[in-house]
Amino acid sequence: MQSIPYQAPASVSEAVALLGSDAEARVLAGGTDLLVQVRGGVRKPSAWIDVKRIPDLLGVSVEGDSIRIGAATPAAVIFEHPELQRLVPGVAEATDLIGSTQIQGRATLGGNLCNASPAADTTPALIAVGAQCIVAGSGGEREIAVEAFATGPGQTALAQGELLVAVRIPKPAARTADAYLRLIPRTEMDIAVVGAGVALTLGDDGTCTQARVAIGAVAPTALLLEEAAAALVGSRVDDDALARVAAAATAAARPIDDKRGTIAYRRKVVGVLAKRAAAIAANRAQER
Amino acid sequence: MSERKFKQVGTRPIRHDGLEKVTGRANFGADYSLPGMLQGAVLRSPHAHAKIVSIDTSPALEVEGVKAVISGRDFPIPTREGDRQQYGDVPDLANNVIARDKVLYHGHAVAAVAATTIEAAQRGAEKIRVEYEVLPPVLDIESAIAPDAAILHDDLVCQGPAPVPSSPTNVARRTLLSGGDIEQGFADSDVVVEREFTTPMVHQGYIEPHATVVETLENGNVTIWCCTQGPFAVRGLTASVTGIELSKIKVIPSEIGGGFGGKTTIYLEPLAVELSRRSGRPVKLVMSREEVFRATGPTSAGRVRVKMGARKDGRLVAAEVVMYYEAGAFPGSPVGAGCMCALSAYCFDHFVIDGYDVVTTKPRVAAYRAPGAPIAAFGVEQVVDEVAERLGLDPIELRLLNAVQENDVAPYGPKYQAIGFRETLEEARKHPNYSATLGPNQGRGVASGFWFNAGLQSSASVHMNEDGTAIVTTGNPDIGGSRAAQAIMVAEELGIGAEQVVPLVGDTESAGYTDLTGGSRTAYATGMAIIEASQDIVRQLRERAAKIWGVELDGVAWEDGRAVPSNGAASDVEPLNLAEIAAQMGATGGPIVAQAAVSPPMAGPGFATHLCDVEVDQETGKVTVLRYTTVQDAGKAVHPSYVEGQMQGGAAQGIGWALNEEYIFDENGVVENPGFLDYRMPVASDLPMIDTVIVEVANPLHPYGVRGVGETPIVPPLACVANAVAAATGKRFTDLPISPPRVLAAIDGD
Repeated sequence: MQSIPYQAPASVSEAVALLGSDAEARVLAGGTDLLVQVRGGVRKPSAWIDVKRIPDLLGVSVEGDSIRIGAATPAAVIFEHPELQRLVPGVAEATDLIGSTQIQGRATLGGNLCNASPAADTTPALIAVGAQCIVAGSGGEREIAVEAFATGPGQTALAQGELLVAVRIPKPAARTADAYLRLIPRTEMDIAVVGAGVALTLGDDGTCTQARVAIGAVAPTALLLEEAAAALVGSRVDDDALARVAAAATAAARPIDDKRGTIAYRRKVVGVLAKRAAAIAANRAQER
Repeated sequence: MSERKFKQVGTRPIRHDGLEKVTGRANFGADYSLPGMLQGAVLRSPHAHAKIVSIDTSPALEVEGVKAVISGRDFPIPTREGDRQQYGDVPDLANNVIARDKVLYHGHAVAAVAATTIEAAQRGAEKIRVEYEVLPPVLDIESAIAPDAAILHDDLVCQGPAPVPSSPTNVARRTLLSGGDIEQGFADSDVVVEREFTTPMVHQGYIEPHATVVETLENGNVTIWCCTQGPFAVRGLTASVTGIELSKIKVIPSEIGGGFGGKTTIYLEPLAVELSRRSGRPVKLVMSREEVFRATGPTSAGRVRVKMGARKDGRLVAAEVVMYYEAGAFPGSPVGAGCMCALSAYCFDHFVIDGYDVVTTKPRVAAYRAPGAPIAAFGVEQVVDEVAERLGLDPIELRLLNAVQENDVAPYGPKYQAIGFRETLEEARKHPNYSATLGPNQGRGVASGFWFNAGLQSSASVHMNEDGTAIVTTGNPDIGGSRAAQAIMVAEELGIGAEQVVPLVGDTESAGYTDLTGGSRTAYATGMAIIEASQDIVRQLRERAAKIWGVELDGVAWEDGRAVPSNGAASDVEPLNLAEIAAQMGATGGPIVAQAAVSPPMAGPGFATHLCDVEVDQETGKVTVLRYTTVQDAGKAVHPSYVEGQMQGGAAQGIGWALNEEYIFDENGVVENPGFLDYRMPVASDLPMIDTVIVEVANPLHPYGVRGVGETPIVPPLACVANAVAAATGKRFTDLPISPPRVLAAIDGD
């Protein structure tokens, strides 16, 4: 068997110190992406820094005006959290799409972000709700917007020695809701061919006052779409507005042809999912 | 026969191997370990088509822990003298196990290493230096049969009726079946439908990767543990490839985690044998999932053109079917079986079936559940559907008008005895799923399927225990619940419960010769041997009772597991039960054992009719299967749960083939999706519960009326799903898979 040194620090500062001293060390959370990559010979880390014993990285909490999800919190803990389900159902449903039931007991939100797959399901959902990544380094903490966290396939904005500690989601305002949809040819255990997350706020008269639209798997990183959001704001999220959201998403997509989908297909379907996610979010907001 | 009242046949006892399987105790191919065992790794070709200029294996031996290294040149030059006809072409097989002069697909085995750890074996394999002269890949039928195609095999001359190419070619064989006057038939038709269909290479997708452990002794004896559908085939093939005498090889089959035809040949065994011989240590070889996809399976990609004519009254008149199947690297696609099955469900006065076996630089195909038949049915059953549509007839009604029945003659020759095709159509028509209401964007498809089933050779032995229980031993690995069915058959004859029979899978030295578990033949042919041996046991039990009672044999009858007096003899005695007779075996003539062997030349074909309801998302092209119904003639279902399981499993595989499964090759012939993430087999949540209806029209060739059931259910689904999608969208899908991008492009008219 391969032998890789393993350490399990108990605090963020200890983990940051370990990461700072070894550029080839990898943070191990659920390991559901990393172990597969190591077994497949894609990565050869010099050491494992297991972060599952650091209390700051575990659990979901709702404090004041924000929701905090520890980076090493397993997917199942997130999507089974009743308050989180109520506050940000789109984030909950995106997390529920990761892997199989067994994988969901292990795979973490932080891992999904740090793996930086263009098709990661949680990323568009988190961008839509305006989530921030809380990152610790030797000089203290900083925040990075989720849309700026992944910089390319497998690449993140983390500097060497930095650790993703948590994700902070602003507590949604009144009559605000989100939704996430993805397309896979199967029903589960697959990777998004296209994904779309939408969060929006409705005024008392049903007019959309704020919106964020994000799409995944159609560019090197998930994209935040200003134009699609603009199509919603000021509208009553009617068919005309939804058609403009779809067109904006299709126009913004820069997909590739690969074994999971074609350029033409992805461009079309990202528009369909963006408009459907917007309609679901609007229905949810209406009920609040 | 059909009047026989069964007591055990048709019941559903708990399978005898269930506890070990559900508790994880059962041993599969990779579960065996021996003291001192080495781990092996296989070096595989990085090219789809290349000459091997040189191989230097010596650097591998310098890696610490490496104990043996082999390449193709360490095996005897394969000759056709070693051919055992039932196993196919031995030189091709040998060259597929390990390349000698040429690699013919990406992933083709080139060398193998055994070492004390798997890492050392892999490092050793990486050190082997192979010089290749790269040749152009041949990646589809069109380029393989083009006049300027790169030729895979310089000595390949096309077999079959003229006109066929006479110089070396990539077309290995032509199969031609015909009857009547095809031109006249089309002239007599009121409606003619013609379409061309394509299907991609797909893999059997068994969960358990190939694995073997081999031990060799100083006296040359070889023991092979492996997961296989046919231990005797492994023995014969390994003997041919390695040059070792067959009688020195013993093959012990493990439990098997699926095969579907893919485990009827050999890949790793000769490599492990040679590594073990050279190192003097046991050697284990286990494939990764990626190796399974790149170097085992799959079944053919196909191109099928169907032209069919019918009269206004719905009578089918003429059909012409031209089929090209890709065999991969070596000849042997199932196009011949495809030809046999293509038109065998319907009566055509005029027909031509023309099939071509084409080699390409892709993995060598292996058997896959009703090999060749689903590809043919994908075309034929869609055209039948379209004929019905054009004539304004219900698709089941059209099939009933033309369905073959007893005394009709199949295009490949035989006259049908009793068959249950019409019964499957009638049951399908009556089924509530055929009249369920459809919503918007939903459609219903119908398709039928035929598979001829195999007989081949089987043997069985039955031994009585002293307490009146029995042991039945066969050489058929249990791939689909056959142990339970075998115990039921013994129990039926002896008049005891199935739980009182121990069904054993023997090895090549403890079971009599038996052909592989495949061809839907185990319950049928091996079942016949079991029934015959069990009847022999009953005769012996009666003899013992006669001896105890001092009467002639005909003075003893066997009823409900007991010897009872008959013909007025010894009417004053108490019946003797099985346990009482068995307890006196020693005093009445010794052990009670029996064996029987059969080689039925024919099997009695299987027919099925399937119904499928789908919903199509008009904006994403995604197809959701809402209802799926399988109706099949099982002749007689010995253990109905396992018959239903076969029907559901075949349907599930066929639905996957229809909707999402495909090998995706890049321009160099490298498979881009060699794993279950991107080779999209259905997961459980993709399918509704598949409804099953078993029809029983007794097979006159079998004492209980049993027909093989394992393969027929994969024949209809490809066309059944396509017909449903056509009904939902108004578009005909002639190319598989019917994946979301393809459906959306058709809906949008792209």
